[in-house]
Amino acid sequence: MAETSGYNFAYLDEQTKRMIRRALLKAIAVPGYQVPFASREMPMPYGWGTGGIQVTASIVGRDDVLKVIDQGADDTTNAVSIRKFFKRTAGIETTTQTHEATIIQTRHRIPEEDLRADQIMVFQVPIPEPLRFLEPRETETRKMHALEEYGLMHVKLYEDISQHGHIATTYAYPVAVKQRYVMDPSPIPKFDNPKINRSPALMLFGAGREKRIYAVPPFTDVHSLDFEDFPFEIQTWREACALCGATGSFLDEIVTDDAGGRMFVCSDTDFCEKRREAGHAGPALAAEGAV
Amino acid sequence: MYVPVKGGERAIENAHKLLAEERRGNRDTPDLDVAQIDEQLALAVDRVMTEGSLYDRELAALAIKQARGDLIEAAFLLRAFRTTLARFGYSIPIDTGQMVVRRRISATYKDLPGGQVLGPTFDYTHRLIDFSLLEGADPENLEEGESDMGVTPHVLNILDREGLMEPANGSSGAQERGEDGEVHVGDLTREPLEFPADRDIRLQRLARGDEGFLLALGYSTQRGYGRNHPFAGELRLGEVRVGFVPEELGFEIEIAEITVTECEMVNQFKGSKNVSPQFTRGYGLTFGHCERKAMSMALVDRALRAKELDEEVEAPGQDEEFVLAHADNVEATGFVEHLKLPHYVDFQSELELVRRMRAEIEAAKVRNGDAEQIEAAE
Repeated sequence: MAETSGYNFAYLDEQTKRMIRRALLKAIAVPGYQVPFASREMPMPYGWGTGGIQVTASIVGRDDVLKVIDQGADDTTNAVSIRKFFKRTAGIETTTQTHEATIIQTRHRIPEEDLRADQIMVFQVPIPEPLRFLEPRETETRKMHALEEYGLMHVKLYEDISQHGHIATTYAYPVAVKQRYVMDPSPIPKFDNPKINRSPALMLFGAGREKRIYAVPPFTDVHSLDFEDFPFEIQTWREACALCGATGSFLDEIVTDDAGGRMFVCSDTDFCEKRREAGHAGPALAAEGAV
Repeated sequence: MYVPVKGGERAIENAHKLLAEERRGNRDTPDLDVAQIDEQLALAVDRVMTEGSLYDRELAALAIKQARGDLIEAAFLLRAFRTTLARFGYSIPIDTGQMVVRRRISATYKDLPGGQVLGPTFDYTHRLIDFSLLEGADPENLEEGESDMGVTPHVLNILDREGLMEPANGSSGAQERGEDGEVHVGDLTREPLEFPADRDIRLQRLARGDEGFLLALGYSTQRGYGRNHPFAGELRLGEVRVGFVPEELGFEIEIAEITVTECEMVNQFKGSKNVSPQFTRGYGLTFGHCERKAMSMALVDRALRAKELDEEVEAPGQDEEFVLAHADNVEATGFVEHLKLPHYVDFQSELELVRRMRAEIEAAKVRNGDAEQIEAAE
C-alpha cells in the first residue's frame, strides 16, 4: 500500500512521540499507576482506540511487525482500519499471526497463544480508572490510589457475592499489580486476566480520551481481586469451538437462525485457523466433512 | 457452513464510497462552493472554528462541506488537522479593549461611552420564514456610513473604577507567576487536563466546549441550580489584531486580524468572611460570532468559580469535574458513538454470567419444590 506523504513516520511528530515515551517509561517504572499524558487528537474518533494507536505510533520501528485485533479477530472492521492506518503512515509489515507479530494492538482480548518476551501488547482502554464506577471524581480516585485505599472495591465485590452469589464483573475485572496499584486490565473478559500475570511480554495500556497511560512490565505479579472463600474463576463453556474443536479458548456465540439455533466459535481467529490447519475439526466442520 | 463475518477492507471501502456519493447528493444540483459556506453559513463556520480551536475560515468551511453539515464532525476534522501543525510559539494576548466594534451592547447601562451598537443580530427580528429567500432574493444594498467609533472601553471597567467590581484576574487579584515573575498560562492542548484546574485551563476548556452543553448548563444556573444572579454587563463583537514576537526578530509583528465575540457577565456577590460585597465576573470568548456560546460560557465560568468565592458547590454547573470532563463534544461524541463498535466478547461474558445465575435460581426453585412435596407427603 502506498505510504501517505506529508506526515511523519507513524503519523505522530517526534516531539509528541517523545512525550508519550516519557509517559510510557514512567508507567513501566510504576507498574499499574496511571500516568497522565497530553493525548493528541487523532484522525479517528475517541473511543476508536486513539490511546492504543498513540502508544503503538510511539514505539513502532521500521522493523516491527504489527498485528491488530478487535474482539480477538483480525478482520473486525476497526482492526482492519487501524492496521491500514499504520500500513499507510508507517509502511510497516503487518500480520494476522500472533507468533509473527512484535507489537499486538488489541481491543477486548489477549491472544490465546502464549506471548514471548520480544512481543509488546498494546491495549486500547476506554475508562482507565478501575474505581470510576464507584467514585466518579478524579480528585478522589487519585487520592484513593495514593493511599492504597481499596476498601470500596472489596466491598463492591463482596456485595456482588452476597446479592448474586457471584462476583458480577465479567470483563474489565480489576487486578492488583505487584500488590500495589489496583488496575483496570481494559475490557478484556476476565478469562484473559491470568494471561497478564507474569507474562513475558510487556503490556502497555493507552487511554486517549481520558489521557492516561499505564503498564505491566514483563514477569510482574498481577492478581485478579478475590476472596479466600470465593477465589477468582474464569469463564467456561460446555461447548467446544464448532470450527476447530478447541475447549480451552474463549468462545463467541453466533446466532445462526431466529429459532434459537446458535453455535460457538473461537473469538481468536488466528488461533482457530491454526488449529484447523493442524487438522483439528469441530462439530460444524466434522459434520460437513461427513456429507 | 458458517463463514465468520469477514468485516473486511472491502466493506469499509464501499461504505466510504457510498458516503462520498451521499455527500455529493443529486448531481443535478450544483456542487457547494466552500466560499458560499464561508459567506452564507458564516455562523456555522464560526462555531466550527471555535469548537475546533482553529481560526481558519476556509478550512472550517471545507470541513463543514466534507462533514455534510454535521458541525461536531466538522470541528473534529479541524481538531485532527490542528494537532498536526507545528507550534511556532504563543501570540501576545489579544486586547479586546482595542477591538474595532461591530456590535456592542450592555444590559446594565442605558447609555455609556461608545454607545449601544446593535450590529448584525437576530434579536428583535420576527421569526417568520422569509419565503423570498426561496427565490434567491438579494437584500437591498446598504449605503456605507461613516463610522465615528473610536476605541470602545469595557463596561466592566466603569464599575471597576468604583471598586464595585472585582479585578479581572479574580477576587484575590493573585495570579500564578513562574520563577521569572511572568504569568504562566497553561495550554490544554499540550498538557493533560488535571483537577482541580485553574481558571486559565477552565476557560480554555469552556472555549472549546460544546455550545449545546454549555447552553444547557448556563440555563440551569439561571433556573436555580447554582444561581449566580447574572447581568449581561457587555457583549461585543468585532475585529482584534493578533500580535506575535518571533524569537529571531525580537519585536512584535501583527500576524492576523480575527473576529471574536466577548461576553462579560456581571454577577451579584454578597461577600464572604474575607471579601466585602462586590460584583464578580464571568467571562466568555469565542472565535467569530458566537453570542449564545459566549454568554453560556460566561455563565458557566462564573458558576465554576463557586469554590474560589466560598460559595457552596451544590449544582452541576458549579461542579468543575462534571463540567470540564464532559464539555468537549469531540471526546463525548467519540465515546458515545464507540458503542457502535463490536462488544460481543464482553457481551458474551455477561451472557454467560446471567445464564449461570438464572440456572442457579431455577435449580434452587426445583430443590425447594421437591422439599415442599416431601414435606406434604410426610
